[in-house]
Amino acid sequence: MKPGLRSWLDARPFVWSLLGAIIVWALTAASVAGRGAGETLSTAFGFATFYVIVGIGQMLVIAAGPGNIDLSIPSVMTLAGYLSMGVMRAQDAGLPLGIAVALGVGLAAGLANVVLIRGLNIPPMIATLAAGFVMQSMTIAYSRGSTAKPAPLLLAASLARVLGVPVIALAFLAVAALVAVVLARSVFGRSVLAVGQNARAAYLAGIRVGRTLILVYVVSALLAAVAGLLLAAYSGGASLNMAEDFLLMSIAVVVLGGSSIAGGQATVAGIWTASLFLYLIVTMLNVFGVGAGLRYIITGLIIIMVLALSKGRQTV
Amino acid sequence: MPPSPMPPDAAAARAVVPWRARVGGGLRVLLPAVALAIMLGVIFHLQPRAMSYVGLRLLLNFALPLMFAAMAQLCVIAASDIDLGLGPFIGLVNVLSARLLVEQPAAGTAALALCVLAYAGMGAFIAARRLPSIVVTLGASFVWLGFALLILPTPGGSSPAWLAALVRLRPPLVPLPVVFAAGLAVLGHVLFMRSSYGVVLRGMGGAPQAVARAGWSLLVGRAVLYGLAGVFGVCAGLLLTGLNTTGDANFGTPYTLLSIAAVIVGGGEFVGGVVAPTGAVLGAFIMLLTGSLLSFMNVSTDWQLGVQGVILIVVLGLRAVQRRAAR
Repeated sequence: MKPGLRSWLDARPFVWSLLGAIIVWALTAASVAGRGAGETLSTAFGFATFYVIVGIGQMLVIAAGPGNIDLSIPSVMTLAGYLSMGVMRAQDAGLPLGIAVALGVGLAAGLANVVLIRGLNIPPMIATLAAGFVMQSMTIAYSRGSTAKPAPLLLAASLARVLGVPVIALAFLAVAALVAVVLARSVFGRSVLAVGQNARAAYLAGIRVGRTLILVYVVSALLAAVAGLLLAAYSGGASLNMAEDFLLMSIAVVVLGGSSIAGGQATVAGIWTASLFLYLIVTMLNVFGVGAGLRYIITGLIIIMVLALSKGRQTV
Repeated sequence: MPPSPMPPDAAAARAVVPWRARVGGGLRVLLPAVALAIMLGVIFHLQPRAMSYVGLRLLLNFALPLMFAAMAQLCVIAASDIDLGLGPFIGLVNVLSARLLVEQPAAGTAALALCVLAYAGMGAFIAARRLPSIVVTLGASFVWLGFALLILPTPGGSSPAWLAALVRLRPPLVPLPVVFAAGLAVLGHVLFMRSSYGVVLRGMGGAPQAVARAGWSLLVGRAVLYGLAGVFGVCAGLLLTGLNTTGDANFGTPYTLLSIAAVIVGGGEFVGGVVAPTGAVLGAFIMLLTGSLLSFMNVSTDWQLGVQGVILIVVLGLRAVQRRAAR
């Protein structure tokens, strides 16, 4: 490879998952002789949006340095999904309250994680895992006898399309762009990356490490809550297992997208390309008639292999 | 630098350990033991009939798979790693043994051996590529779940007769789970705390550079730890099949959290290779009994997961407070 191309690629690690997404999409389209290829892409954009929403939050947390990870994402999603659908009672009038409840769940969950991590000095992985189980318990207890259907307006919004492109995808393309600007230009964004590269150096340079960590965990939980609200609407109602794949997926899109798992470096564009890649793989395997078992195996192996390859590139 | 010699004998090594650290080591196992005694006391008070051979058997039977799951997780935590795929792995073993081991015992045994090899391979892979264990084991959890679904798409199958007979054994005086627990605690203690290679294994998580400089392979060490985790995980899955007499790819799921919690409640630490095998076995009983305690107190089992999460938080929080006070 020419050195110019090499450095161009190293600065844009999302290119690999973009290539992967294009290849998988082309294979899928070819296998159905081009019929429904546009529809496939449109659906992929719609569904990948959910991976993107939680992926951005997970990316910010992981970017804040080694050891930082949010394992409570699926529990926050399910709890926010259930509670917001519950207060909405399938009525448009309940929509503002539903959104407020979802955001409240996110805020509370994020703060709870921060209290455990910063206040009690519990390792983030276990703090978020344990907090997640408490929330899961709350959801199980609450879900008994609750009808969890979305307000018609929210359902319509989650399914709406403009020129074939899902509206939620457009919205979170904008959010992703905003996050990219924030990471590159704002004090908060630079602080996250600085803390992730070396928390002690960042502290000595006068960066408020504690406040930065509080913010990333709260933002992650808020995004997870929004994802839960939208996913519950998109699927026509909340269910207990609606977010079970999102723990691995939220981490996978960060890793596949080219962000460093060790922190200090984040690639927002990669969250989108990796989410599309992962969802298109599922679509392709479905089109090929592959069962759920093989689909899980292939997804798991791809994630491990890409992690091994990308880590190799960094250490060389 | 020449390889540093091992201490001449254990007694001399112990003499240089400050008394406070030694008492701390004892407390590590004493605290979960006291907690378990209190829990049993409350349960016996609420339900006196539990205080009998049959009562204890019913109460503690499901500790059988859990104590082996805890020991598997302990092996991984000893390397300062964590296994988020242990639950689905136990589910895979459950399905394998409920289907393949019943229909084709030879092929089933080979498949289980392959499972252990896969785990050892995963450890070697993590060590060789210096990968974060959390992402690799999460990715692997999809692989285990996928294979389990391939083998048994819908719940079913049965237990091999010898397994069902094993978990129904009635040893004299003490119920089976207690016998198993004692045996497993001794095995784990000898393996990690008394054998010289156990020091190396704990060193994987405590002082990897020192272990490497002393001439031990970090790759082999991690592979051994993960391989041991695979062996204990297979035991857990087999016992689960014996108890449930059926297979389900999702049966194993709760064991990820439960095993981590059992190790930590039992005195283990996430970093530094600090583990307590006896404590982990006690921790397994504690986590199991939270469910029984809730139902005896007429609290809905909906809250069991939450209570287990809270126990984990409280234990870790108390430990952090204690550490701050000591400083």
